[in-house]
Amino acid sequence: MRTLFFLLQKEFIQIFRNRTMLPIIFLMPIVQLVILVYAATLEMKDIRFSVVDLDQTEQSRGVWQRFEASPFFHLNSFHSSEKRAMQDFYEGTADLLVIIPAGFEQSFYRNEPLSVQVLVNAINGLTAGLSSSYATQILLSVNQDLPLRLYAAQSSSQLKQIEITRRFWFNSSLNFKHYMVPGILVILVTVIGMFLSAINIVREKELGTMEQINVSPIGKVQFILGKLIPFIIIALFELALGLGIGKLLFDIPFRGSLWLLFSFAFLYLLLVIGFGLLLSTHSRTQQQVMFMSFFFLLVFILMSGIFTPVETMPDWARKVNYLNPFAYFMKVNRMILLKGSSIVDLWRDFLTIGLYAFLVLSLAVLTYRKRA
Amino acid sequence: MEKDIIRVRNLTKKFGDFVANDQLTFEVKQGEIFGFLGANGAGKTTAIRMLCGLSKPTSGEMEVAGFDAYTQTELIKKNIGYMSQKFSLYDDLTIWENIRFFGGIYGLSRSAIRDRSKEMLTRLGIVNLSNRLIRDIPPGWKQKIAFSVAILHKPQIVFLDEPTGGVDPVTRRQFWDLIYEAIDQGITVFVTTHYMDEAEYCHRLSMMVNGRIVALDSPEALKQRFGSSSMNDVFVQLARSGEKSS
Repeated sequence: MRTLFFLLQKEFIQIFRNRTMLPIIFLMPIVQLVILVYAATLEMKDIRFSVVDLDQTEQSRGVWQRFEASPFFHLNSFHSSEKRAMQDFYEGTADLLVIIPAGFEQSFYRNEPLSVQVLVNAINGLTAGLSSSYATQILLSVNQDLPLRLYAAQSSSQLKQIEITRRFWFNSSLNFKHYMVPGILVILVTVIGMFLSAINIVREKELGTMEQINVSPIGKVQFILGKLIPFIIIALFELALGLGIGKLLFDIPFRGSLWLLFSFAFLYLLLVIGFGLLLSTHSRTQQQVMFMSFFFLLVFILMSGIFTPVETMPDWARKVNYLNPFAYFMKVNRMILLKGSSIVDLWRDFLTIGLYAFLVLSLAVLTYRKRA
Repeated sequence: MEKDIIRVRNLTKKFGDFVANDQLTFEVKQGEIFGFLGANGAGKTTAIRMLCGLSKPTSGEMEVAGFDAYTQTELIKKNIGYMSQKFSLYDDLTIWENIRFFGGIYGLSRSAIRDRSKEMLTRLGIVNLSNRLIRDIPPGWKQKIAFSVAILHKPQIVFLDEPTGGVDPVTRRQFWDLIYEAIDQGITVFVTTHYMDEAEYCHRLSMMVNGRIVALDSPEALKQRFGSSSMNDVFVQLARSGEKSS
C-alpha cells in the first residue's frame, strides 16, 4: 500500500510536470470534440443537380422545380441532352441528374405510367444512397400530388390515401450531433487512456529507469496499479470535461444516470488502459508501441459503429465486434445519454466488460516480467 | 575469515547458441570491492544482470546475500542496490523527489527518508540543489547522486555496472571516494569496469574474456603473476591469450 502511494505520487508529479503532455491531455478533447462533431455530420445539404428537360412543359417543370425547392438540392444547370449533362458528372459540378423524357405531359394527361430518370454519382456509396433517397422522396411527393391535380375538378373524396406521420424516438429532431457527441467522447477517452499508458512504460524502458524498478522489491501488482490508477483518473476527468462541453455546446441530453455512465466508463477504462499496459510491457521502443496501439485503435474505431451502424455490418464483423471494447462503450454511452437506459438494460454489457477487463489486467500482471 | 556474500558455481547464460557467460565460478567476500574487468562484450553486464535478478541463468548455482537466486529473487532485491551504465534516476523529478521515491519503494519510513536524504545531500554538498530537476544537473553529479540513491536503503551489496562511463578522471576519482565510504558503512561493492585505473582500486579482480573468467586475484598478485607493472599490461596479455584459445 505504501509502495503504491509512492508510485502514484511519482507518476502524478511526472504527468503534471510534462509541458508537452498537459495541453494534449486537456486541450485536445475540447478541440477535437468541437471540430469533429461539426465536421462529421451525415446530414447532406446542397446536393448539386443538373436537369435535362426534354419535355419542356408545365408538368415536367413541376418535377424539377420540386427538387429546386428542396433544401437538400441546389440547381447546377440545364442541358438539352443527356450527353451534355453527363459532362457535369465528369467535371464534378453535379452529383445528380434529373432527366425528364419527351412526352411526359402527354403521358400524364393520357393517364399513362410516367417515368423520370435519376442518375447519381456513386463514388461515395453513402452520399449516393442519401441523395437517391432524398430524390425518391421528392418524386414520391410528385406522384402523390399529380393525381390530385388531375382530379382536382372531381370530388377529392375519391382519393383516400394512407397518410404517414412519423415520430422519431430518443432523438426526435434527428439531431445528428446528439448521436455523434457520445461516440466521439468514447474515442477521445480511449485514445488518451490507451496512448498515455502504452507509451508510459516503454518510455521508462528507454530511459533505463525501468531496470531500476525491476531490481527493486516492487510487486508486479503494485507496479501495474501504479500505472493504471493515474490514467484512469485522467481519462475519467476527460470524460467529465467532454460531457460538459457536449452539454454546453450541443445541448446533448443526459437522460440516464451519470453514475451509471461513470461506473461503466471505469470498467471500460480498466480494460482499455490494461490493454495499453499489456502492449507496453511487451514492446521495446515507443515506436513499436505506437504502431501497435495505432493498429488496434484504428480497427476498433472503424468497426465500433461510430460512423457506420453495427447493424449493417456482415455477420463476421459483428462477431469480431464482440471483442471490440469500443463497440460496447459506444453503445452504452448512447443508450444512457440518449435513451436513459438503466442497469436493467445494460447488465450484460457491464458483465462482459468487467470480465474482459479482469482478463486483460491479469494478463498484463502475469506477463510482466521483472526479468528478461 | 570473512563470510562469502555472493557464491556462484558454474553459472552459465546462453542466448540461443551464443554463450554469454560460460561456467562462471567465484565468491565475493563481505565488505570487499570486487571488480569485474573485461572488454566490451566480454559478458560483464550479462553476469551482473543475473546476480541482480534481472535475467535468468541458463544453468549453474547462485547465492546472493544468503538467498537462492532462483527461488528467492524478491528477497535478494530487498538487500541489494543497483546502478547501471544507463543513467537511471528520473530526469523529470528533482533530486529530493527521486530520493523520496526510491526510499519509499524500498520501504523506508518517512523520517528515515528525510534523515538519510539530509545526511546524503550534506555529504555531497548539494543541499541547496535538492529542488533542482535531475535533467538540469551536470552528468558527473548525476552519477554521484545515482550511486548515493542506490545505497540509500543500506543494502548488503551494491552492484555497479560501469558506473563511471563517460565521466572525466577527476569526477571518477570523487566517485571512488564515495565507493570507499560505502565500504566503511559495511556495504559490499560489486563493480564492472573497463577502466584500468579503476581496476587498481578494487580489492579483488576477476578478468573476463569471451564469457569466461580467465584470472581472479588481487591487483598486486595479478601484476606479479604476469610480470608487469600495470593492470593495462595484464589485461592486454590476458585478452590476447583468450582470443588465441577461442
